[in-house]
Amino acid sequence: MLELINISKTFNPGTVNEKLALDRLSLTIKDGEFVTVIGGNGAGKSTMLNAVAGVFFVDDGRIIIDGNDVTRLEEHRRAKYIGRVFQDPMMGTAASMGIEENLALANRRGQFRGLKWGITHKERQFYKEQLATLGLGLENRLTTKVGLLSGGQRQALTLLMASLKKPKLLLLDEHTAALDPKTAAKVLEATEEIVRRNNLTTLMITHNMRDAINHGDRLIMLYEGRIAVDVSGEEKKKLTVEKLLEMFTTASGSDEADDKLLLS
Amino acid sequence: MSLNPMNLLSQLPGAVAQGLIWGIMAMGVYITYRILDLADLTVDGSFCTGAAVCVMMILNGHSVWVAIICAFLAGMLTGLATGLLHTVFGISPILAGILTQLGLWSVNLAIMTRPNQSISTNNYKLLVALRFLDDVKKGLKPFYNHPIFVVGIFVIVIIAVLYWFFGTELGCSIRATGANINMARAQGINTNVNKIIGLMLSNGMVALSGSLMAQYQNFADINMGRGAIVIGLAAVIIGEVLFSKIFRNFALKLLSVVLGSIIYYIVMQTVLWLNIDANYLKLFSALVVAVCLGMPYLKAKYITPIQQRKRGKSNA
Repeated sequence: MLELINISKTFNPGTVNEKLALDRLSLTIKDGEFVTVIGGNGAGKSTMLNAVAGVFFVDDGRIIIDGNDVTRLEEHRRAKYIGRVFQDPMMGTAASMGIEENLALANRRGQFRGLKWGITHKERQFYKEQLATLGLGLENRLTTKVGLLSGGQRQALTLLMASLKKPKLLLLDEHTAALDPKTAAKVLEATEEIVRRNNLTTLMITHNMRDAINHGDRLIMLYEGRIAVDVSGEEKKKLTVEKLLEMFTTASGSDEADDKLLLS
Repeated sequence: MSLNPMNLLSQLPGAVAQGLIWGIMAMGVYITYRILDLADLTVDGSFCTGAAVCVMMILNGHSVWVAIICAFLAGMLTGLATGLLHTVFGISPILAGILTQLGLWSVNLAIMTRPNQSISTNNYKLLVALRFLDDVKKGLKPFYNHPIFVVGIFVIVIIAVLYWFFGTELGCSIRATGANINMARAQGINTNVNKIIGLMLSNGMVALSGSLMAQYQNFADINMGRGAIVIGLAAVIIGEVLFSKIFRNFALKLLSVVLGSIIYYIVMQTVLWLNIDANYLKLFSALVVAVCLGMPYLKAKYITPIQQRKRGKSNA
């Protein structure tokens, strides 16, 4: 479903701040696979996700989604394949617009937007049903401005928006990191439910090793812009935090992997 | 010099008519400043472009309606210029607007062939004119020729069209572009195209307003748009300060901008009536807008924390 072939990205080239964020990274993800991504600060997790989403173009390598080479496709045109949830709850929704308006925008992802009415009567019923699955009572507040919702509610709504029009690929960029532990657990639970119900191919970045181990079919750990650890199947199911740290130390040849760094 | 309230009262219809005409421009400013979240300074030039195109078309024997439509289209072109400077060349929106505005000074002069051109009510059939205020009062013309009535119809039609447009899929995506550009891109919205459409629509309305103004005052002048953006911002902010609590609907928000513009002109008329030197009017408007723009910031910084502290104490 997703193929990254030797992608590289350097930020601020030719300056003192030059940073090689992705270093000839290659990754192939199968259809329907749920992959969790971990790594320390600056390991290239967000850079990898943003490269896939098209926030910037990579310097080298190719990105292929569902057989289509999207390496040079602009962000808004790539969006037809991709659903995204950001770390900042403010970033995924338009605060000054209503819940139903936000959903209607998401429901037209990848479609031509013309002079037809922005929300139809039929859609509203569908949105109500979808919102009800979140169990937050949002189904009765369709016209409420999203700015009035809490961070957790906004993140749950963004998650629904990202999956409303079934994407080829769902990208979750530490989408629970800005929430309190209780809300984070709830949003993560909703994520698991939505991903499994729609059988979505998913890449989920997390700072939390336990979450990375407990969720998903496959776990990858990035280190200095490359994949240091890649575990899936039975091995992934048996994984523990200690085992993971040990694997990382062996793979990277570095003892940087104390859990303080990874759990921070 | 005595301050005769009757004098002020007799000036009111003129102030309301002017306020309505500038209100159309102010709605254009609302589209960029509030919906797209861009401060577009093209306005100072495109207002005059609309006036110049309209006057020259009428002088060359075209009907008033054709002239107004051409003024609108010319205004859209100015918005396109700013939009391309911003999106294709990556120039910040404020600077892009200033560049277009500067260039338009020459363009407007070229359209008019000289710094001002007049169109007399006697020789040409105009839609609105200052003189019609008196003509209707004296019974020389029917009520539907009254400038307040004519421009009022324009305002109602424009609000209706904008209300429809910003409810469509395209309109919603333009609102999303201004509300949260990251989210808009993630939902597959071409934010650059949307910004250009918004700027074109906005400047088209500004030019339309300029074309009505030129007819109303019977001439177009190369300096007539100077400071238009400030008047537009004043109208937007006065409208919000006074009506935001009661007007929630989008159409009513647009109406509050027009009302803000009318109030601005009534205040200006009152200031003139108080025999204050007309040279200070621009300084006065700049101060009014500065205060209005600064108010929300100062309120959040100084007044809200005090209120919260008080509330905190009463809860404890």
